[in-house]
Amino acid sequence: MTLTSSNKPVADAATTAAADAQASAARRASRNRLLARRIGEKLVGAVIVLWGAATAAFLAQAALPGDRATVILNTRAGQAIQRTPEELAQINEQYGLLNPLVVQYFDYIRALLTGNLGMSYQQYRPVATIILEQIGPTLVLTLTAIGLSWLIMVVWIILTAGRGPKLSSFGAIVDTTTAGLPHYWLAILLLLVFSLSLGWFPVISGSSPAGLLLPALTLAIPLAGFMSQATRTEFENSLEQPFVLTARMRGMSDLGVRLHHVLRHSVLPAVTLSGWALGATISGAVVVETVFSRAGIGRVLVTAVSTQDLPIVTGVVVLIAALYVVANLIVDLVYVLIDPRLKNS
Amino acid sequence: MTLQQKVPVTPPAARSRKKSVVPWGLGTALAALLFFVVALIAPQVLATHDPYALDLANSLQPPSLAHWFGTDESGRDLYSRVIWGTRESLLIGIGATAASLTIALILGSLAALAGKYVAGTVNRVIEVLFAFPTLLLALLLVAVIGPSAFSQVFAVGVGTSPGYARMIRGQILTAKNSGYVEAATALGHSRGRILRSHIIPNAIRPLVAIIALSVGQSIVWASSLAFLGLGVAPPSPEWGALLDAGRLYITQAPWLTVIPGLVIVALAIAATTLGKHIQASLEKGEK
Repeated sequence: MTLTSSNKPVADAATTAAADAQASAARRASRNRLLARRIGEKLVGAVIVLWGAATAAFLAQAALPGDRATVILNTRAGQAIQRTPEELAQINEQYGLLNPLVVQYFDYIRALLTGNLGMSYQQYRPVATIILEQIGPTLVLTLTAIGLSWLIMVVWIILTAGRGPKLSSFGAIVDTTTAGLPHYWLAILLLLVFSLSLGWFPVISGSSPAGLLLPALTLAIPLAGFMSQATRTEFENSLEQPFVLTARMRGMSDLGVRLHHVLRHSVLPAVTLSGWALGATISGAVVVETVFSRAGIGRVLVTAVSTQDLPIVTGVVVLIAALYVVANLIVDLVYVLIDPRLKNS
Repeated sequence: MTLQQKVPVTPPAARSRKKSVVPWGLGTALAALLFFVVALIAPQVLATHDPYALDLANSLQPPSLAHWFGTDESGRDLYSRVIWGTRESLLIGIGATAASLTIALILGSLAALAGKYVAGTVNRVIEVLFAFPTLLLALLLVAVIGPSAFSQVFAVGVGTSPGYARMIRGQILTAKNSGYVEAATALGHSRGRILRSHIIPNAIRPLVAIIALSVGQSIVWASSLAFLGLGVAPPSPEWGALLDAGRLYITQAPWLTVIPGLVIVALAIAATTLGKHIQASLEKGEK
């Protein structure tokens, strides 16, 4: 922390470049070392979390009440009956259920490392195959939703934040309200208004692009509310910073100041939320896919939960935990790149 | 980055702008919560019909003066069912909150106060749990123990706990590293006394706000499970069960899902407003 960083908020990237020029080479080297170590730590942390998630998934399978071979057979048949020893022996053999739990655990982890998520109890197919078939539409949906939510949030904040007490508190109330809306309810409202009454969109989305907008909007609106809550406070604080005054004195328009200076300083909390947002939108996708009859991993998961087809459930859950971990790693990196205060420190 | 530059010069006018919780909002929220509490304690006072009485001649009627929220496929009065369902729905929300905060308190305080290795391990456990989105963690648990009111309480409680565990850990750490604890340590007070008279009270106080926020959120999560057919089974007037039953009639009788959903949203917003207000006044008290 030297002179250059202490007048940082006043100056912009361009003006500090000159001051930085002298010491930059040595500093860059030490900064890269620091960065590498930080990334290393993050990676180790991510691996530990993944291992923990896999372990939790294994424990969930092991904790299924009742004799597992019987449970598997009954799940397949869809009815609960007494099984003969021969039937049970075959299943025990196939799934290695008679091995000690520790051995089963290591088998499970070893299989996971090779991308084998186990066999579905009901569909007689590898879980990985089932997930691969269905994950595409869900990812398209969640990424569209996250993009849309950023768009809604930025427009909403630019329009309402720091615009006098009335508009600001109205904006804040809308943030809180939309952030708390349950996905199923919003989905039903949008479906009723835009599909059933106005007929603008198909009632059953399937996997068509026309059917993408309403499901994505359902996921985007609460998320935008959430991110606005985090952004609004920062935005209003940033509006009072000296660099805003400087920019205004240079004759910059209000919209320009908001877009170029204030927004950049206030989206950090929302960026931090993005990793979490991916998990939350996938959670939401479970509900949304059900309402809009849309293909995807969420519907597979709901069916699997209600039939207690645990390998599918744990497979999906572990995969999404993994996505979350990766997304957070990316967010951490973006964070370093986007924060103007971190750039030269 | 020095301290001075981080403190913006705030004109007094701008300060008042930040009050987002307006009194009328709080008043409405309290009135709504009072209504729900009456419905919980004495549903017969508010209900207009028998929530289970069949009236097949009047099935799937839209909202009217006779049936404020309309009727379902068996002609049962939806308004009375919503009122009678309040008890179970609120108890599921409160139960889930209790479960969630208990887990969060144990994990959070271990992570903040235990020795280096225990705290490190518990921290990792919280991180692992946090990697599972709330609804997915809840679904995993429902898959293991099967759908029921109990599994809703348990699954939502566990599902929402990692976030609160993090928060409690943060609160305790802030209290632990604060000036007054430093002063108490300098005065030679014992660890137990510092914990009892400084750290715990300061870390616990914000929980009052969290409880209100969490009850609203828990009811939303529990109703999401029920909506997916993984909660209390339909003949019950529990709100999630109403949603689950109404889902089959979305096209013919949208009020069967829209109205229970609206009730859940109203409760969640009222609870959130109350929670935020408590939070704001606690923060003001600290300054």
